[in-house]
Amino acid sequence: MINPTEYLPKSYHTRLSTYWWLTRWAYLKFILREGSAVFVAWAVIVTLLQIHALARGPAEYAEFQNWLRSPLVLVVNAVSLLFIIFHAVTWFNLAPKAMAIRLGGKRLPNLAIAGPNYIAWAVISAAVAWILLRG
Amino acid sequence: MANRITLDVTRYDPAHDEKPKFETYEVPLRKEWVVLDALNYIKDHLDGSLSFRWSCRMGVCGSCGMTVNGVPKLTCATFLSDYAPGPVRIEPMKNFPVLRDLVVDTSDFLLKLAKSKPWIIRQVEKPLDEEYFQTPEQLEAYKQFSMCINCMLCYAACPVYGLDPLFSGPAAIALAQRYNLDSRDQGASERLDILSQHDGIWGCTFVGECTEVCPKKVDPAGAIQQYKLTATMEWVKSLVLPRGAE
Repeated sequence: MINPTEYLPKSYHTRLSTYWWLTRWAYLKFILREGSAVFVAWAVIVTLLQIHALARGPAEYAEFQNWLRSPLVLVVNAVSLLFIIFHAVTWFNLAPKAMAIRLGGKRLPNLAIAGPNYIAWAVISAAVAWILLRG
Repeated sequence: MANRITLDVTRYDPAHDEKPKFETYEVPLRKEWVVLDALNYIKDHLDGSLSFRWSCRMGVCGSCGMTVNGVPKLTCATFLSDYAPGPVRIEPMKNFPVLRDLVVDTSDFLLKLAKSKPWIIRQVEKPLDEEYFQTPEQLEAYKQFSMCINCMLCYAACPVYGLDPLFSGPAAIALAQRYNLDSRDQGASERLDILSQHDGIWGCTFVGECTEVCPKKVDPAGAIQQYKLTATMEWVKSLVLPRGAE
């Protein structure tokens, strides 16, 4: 810091607003991206509750399924799904930035790192869907 | 296209003003003008007391960084006509103390830059008549990070720096990486000790705005994430091989 003197009065420090993250779309997207972790945690909790209900037997599981169908839980899970997709897409798109892999002198294009992640996501989703829907 | 445009420019006289305020100026709107031309027109014809930094007027010196309509920009590289019909709001760079009008105190950045030791560090110096050889591939490894002109737009864009002034910041870390990746350098572990701190690379939350605003495409966000990977690998190595390995 430049010290105040007679010829150079104190500089002005702008306070950063508490709502700095609303001032630009890029900042809001960042906060939403970070906030999506909450919905990922919720999905984990729902899965744990599902496993817990499964272990308790068919009656408990039917109750769990009814709970899942209740309007509030439906809405929360629908919103969670959107946020989790957002979470995954932003994560896969950012991963190449952290890895500067060079092959034969040239840096690998971003798609070479993001692409396999998307493909794995699609394949695993397809496999899970097949297991759930064939019965 | 109209032939005039309005500029709302921050004015702050530390001897007389409590806080910065805006003053409005009307300048010609010439097709080839950049924002810096408009500011110089104000200083030459309208208000000689307007203070701002500039030098090369071609995007290589890093002096003319300011906030234009809320976005950190080099005013010599920002066309005025892009903001037609206006008005254009011109403020000093965010996250730095304002000294006067559009001039900010950059000494914090310079301190942090020095901490990154942005020079070739050698454990063993070569004799003066022996050159360092470097292949084009070795140059490619760090060349992007060497493009930094220290304009500090990345610091103005970084919300972490705005919230936590102790954060080292994008440019300081990108320049540390520039030397870490240079084949002639032997100082990577020295820099790592300083930068793998809470307020070093780990303060970064990968907002990514620094890369968006960088006028020289340095990609400081990428540099920081790569450095995080390196630091983590070094930490794992220190656990697995506590006595170190060459």
